Amino acid sequence: MTTLPPKFETWFASRGWAIHPHQQQMLDQSGTPALMLIAPTGGGKTLAGFLPSLIELADGQHEGLHTLYVSPLKALAADIKRNLRTPVEEMDLPIRIEDRTGDTSYTQKRRQRADPPHILLTTPESLALLTSYEDAPRIFKGLQRIIVDEIHALAESKRGDQLMLALSRIQSLAPNLRRVGLSATVEDPDAIAAQLARHPDPCTIINADPGPDPDISMLITQEKPPWSGGGAKYAIPAVLEEVKKHKTTLIFHNTRAQAEIFFHNLWLANTDDLPIGIHHGSLAREQREKVEAAMVAGDLRAIVCTGSLDLGIDWGDVDLVIQVGAPKNVKRLVQRIGRANHHYNAPSKALLVPANRFEVVECVAALEAVKDHDLDGDPKGDGPRDVLCQHILITACAGPFDATVLYHEIKSVGAYSRLSRAAFDDCLDFCATGGYALRAYDKWKRLLQAADGMWQLRDPRAAQRIRMNIGTIQDTDTLKVRLKGNFKPLGEVEEAFAATLTPGDTFLIGGQVVRYENLKEMTVQVSRRADKTPKIATFMGTKFANSTQLSQRILRMFHEPDWPELPSHTAEWLELQRKFSKLPEADRILVESFPHAGRHHICLYGFAGRNAMQTLGMLLTQRMEDLNLHPMGFVATDYATLVWGLDPVTDPAPLLRPDNIRADFETWLSGNAVMKKTFRGAATIAGLIERNLPQARKSGRQATFSSDILYDTLAKYDPDHLMMRITREEAMRGLVDFGRIEEMLGRTAGQIDHIRLDRVTPLSLPMFLEQGRIAVAGAGQDRMLEEEAARLMQAAGVTTL
Amino acid sequence: MKAFLSQEQSMNTYHFLFCDTQCAALPSGALYLPDHAVLCVSDLHLGKSDRIARRNGVMLPPYEVQATLQKLEADIDITSPEQIICLGDSFDDLDAANSLNEEMRIWLARLQAGKTWIWVEGNHDPGPINMGGTHKAEVEIGTLTFRHIAAADTAEVSGHYHPKHRVTGRSRPAFLCDGKRLIMPAYGAYTGGLASHANDLRKLFGSPLFAIMTGTKAIAAPVA
Repeated sequence: MTTLPPKFETWFASRGWAIHPHQQQMLDQSGTPALMLIAPTGGGKTLAGFLPSLIELADGQHEGLHTLYVSPLKALAADIKRNLRTPVEEMDLPIRIEDRTGDTSYTQKRRQRADPPHILLTTPESLALLTSYEDAPRIFKGLQRIIVDEIHALAESKRGDQLMLALSRIQSLAPNLRRVGLSATVEDPDAIAAQLARHPDPCTIINADPGPDPDISMLITQEKPPWSGGGAKYAIPAVLEEVKKHKTTLIFHNTRAQAEIFFHNLWLANTDDLPIGIHHGSLAREQREKVEAAMVAGDLRAIVCTGSLDLGIDWGDVDLVIQVGAPKNVKRLVQRIGRANHHYNAPSKALLVPANRFEVVECVAALEAVKDHDLDGDPKGDGPRDVLCQHILITACAGPFDATVLYHEIKSVGAYSRLSRAAFDDCLDFCATGGYALRAYDKWKRLLQAADGMWQLRDPRAAQRIRMNIGTIQDTDTLKVRLKGNFKPLGEVEEAFAATLTPGDTFLIGGQVVRYENLKEMTVQVSRRADKTPKIATFMGTKFANSTQLSQRILRMFHEPDWPELPSHTAEWLELQRKFSKLPEADRILVESFPHAGRHHICLYGFAGRNAMQTLGMLLTQRMEDLNLHPMGFVATDYATLVWGLDPVTDPAPLLRPDNIRADFETWLSGNAVMKKTFRGAATIAGLIERNLPQARKSGRQATFSSDILYDTLAKYDPDHLMMRITREEAMRGLVDFGRIEEMLGRTAGQIDHIRLDRVTPLSLPMFLEQGRIAVAGAGQDRMLEEEAARLMQAAGVTTL
Repeated sequence: MKAFLSQEQSMNTYHFLFCDTQCAALPSGALYLPDHAVLCVSDLHLGKSDRIARRNGVMLPPYEVQATLQKLEADIDITSPEQIICLGDSFDDLDAANSLNEEMRIWLARLQAGKTWIWVEGNHDPGPINMGGTHKAEVEIGTLTFRHIAAADTAEVSGHYHPKHRVTGRSRPAFLCDGKRLIMPAYGAYTGGLASHANDLRKLFGSPLFAIMTGTKAIAAPVA
């Protein structure tokens, strides 16, 4: 057993602390090349990660960078810097700690490259950027340890793949580098460990005591949850009561939009003027920092927040976590609950607030899953090639490289260990020449192979543009929002949302109602409004998909004769559905059809998850288009797809024939919005589309054109291009999830219950308030557009032009 | 209100009278003058992928020239014009024009055969191009003047702004016309657009202003 040096022993004693068993284990194993710690939040995880570094650095002998700390959030890096200062100052250790994120100033970054600190706290994107500099070998030369915090969160996304690729690069520059991963409780630790370690090396896993089970329940309110909607406005008085009863409450929402609406309503009801703040990813940095500082100072009683506060930031004395809306995913729920009560042996306290009746069912299912320790998760596929393309470009920025050396380096990343040479060469060719089949760029290649066989940028100035576009975070294009005549931004909204605004529209941002004035140089200009209710709900924000495990639990619940575990209002609702229509069954497909608001609707319950249900919506509308039923649009949730159109569907069976659905799928796949969206993401990561340009974008938009045009062009002239192949594979797995449709159609084997009704059914009600409605670009839309144009012409007093 | 234009709709083309000249807006974004057998297209931006690769290192699918020529060939087949006017910004820049590959040059030459072909100069392609046809600053057909950037008060057809118009949430490239001035949508495959309500565009027109949207069918709608 490694004993603590006397200085550290004294410091622990002075705080009245004993070293946790897992902290000791981490210390004992500190020489291990790859090490992963699984511990709940509040388990002294961060200190366990840093303790070996602090001890190794205590003698002041190490020159330059010793430990890199990577976290998914900028705020987390800043928070850790604050927390590490205490032991370093109190023990008077000769250690320099700095952070480096997108928010770090240019001069500070330059200085850090010339004179790196001992411990550098950063994010995957900033680290990738650091590896792109010519002086990377010098920066990383003496590096000993890298700590990847919240690795479970990173491992789920392309950010994790990018990070591991960067690690493979750094490992070549610093062969003695040891890797440490810190993870929350996950369902498959081995899979994450395999991503962390250098392939095929093993990774040691240390499990900390998970602590007591959380104290978690559903919030009981006087008011019944509404039939539909996501605001949970009904629960505001009850939530305020809970805030009053606790010291500090975190109120989590699944989307920014919901957080905004809830915060707004909370303020209107906050007659005691309790200090309550809001924190989410679209707020301006200054605003977020203000809230973070107030939180740390203990000035806030509650924070309304989204995933931006999801990860292990230490916000002090949080003693209650409220989750508004169904958690959608048990793992995330457990991690959020862990945000409350940072005392290791006290249970975390959490309340679930369903936003509507269906979410009551989801919340009960999630509570049972937590009780059963039944975490969910899907296995991750091989490393994505768009991230690989970006990695090749980043490597080229740092200087000439040898393709074979790079190939072997990449294969040392777990997720890319099965990458074939041909697949690598494909990506390299794409980076170098564009990889087009019919026409080549002869003169203007991006990468050239020199006489000595080394690859390099044709134009070294291109490095700047590549560096500006490093990253894999898939944000939709956003526009800054600011008050007219005021330079400081309030936050950001999606470009697609901004496009729907007309002057005079009011919406919520940062908890206040603002009026849309105009769009000036890609900034949304607004003025303040005293209105209580915004006219337009608000902008979109990310949506989570319900996990398979939760869907299955819900279907099992539906099968019960009655539901004593559900509140009576929800049980009654399900009984109503059973009475007027029928509850969905696991081995049958329920289709309801009914008229509503002048359109014919069909609602299909498949419980295949949001992505698959969305794809089904695409396929259904395509078949309806072929049958001249003029579909107008659809919306999908985890459990159902609602389609509306100009003509009624009398028989759903032909729409769901499994025999040629694969063929239909192929036709459909080439021209749909999900594919275009997936393409846009992949092409942006791979460097075909630039998100950031050296000069700020000009107001005139003639020069920029939609990525959809590139997709259509490739689909027509070069359908097997690398970007198209990546798009197809990704869409099949992710947004399209076609496998689950085939599985669903196979499982139900044509057992369709078609119920025709004269109005909306209880279970279909929530579908009508779902966001993310997708319009069908077909004959129906042309007909609508033409009719609307004719109506406008008539209104303008002209029938002829 | 009496319409300033008379109209006759046939198939997917939108026919209208503009300053006493019969015009037909094709759903592709081309303008055809039946009385003069003139086909006009604006802002082809040929060679855009080449220019972007040269300047930024980003290699877009290099297929916009063939996509655009294919579209143009289809319009020529439908209308059988005697004269074709390319209303400026036909090439993304002069270097892109000069580095057009052999296959595309031959294709273009084939389209030009037996027709009067006029390259109106644009801000992207201000100089003469070694590509057949005649190079001009502007050209007059009947009552109308054709130039790249709007300048005259009346009876003028221009391009440059790549107008788009939105109805029922769908934005499409569109012709804009207030009876005095007609601005054409961009015809090239790799072109974006400027919304019809954008100030730079709206200030060029009086009221009432109409848009003729392109797509599968040319459809007219008023612009607020």
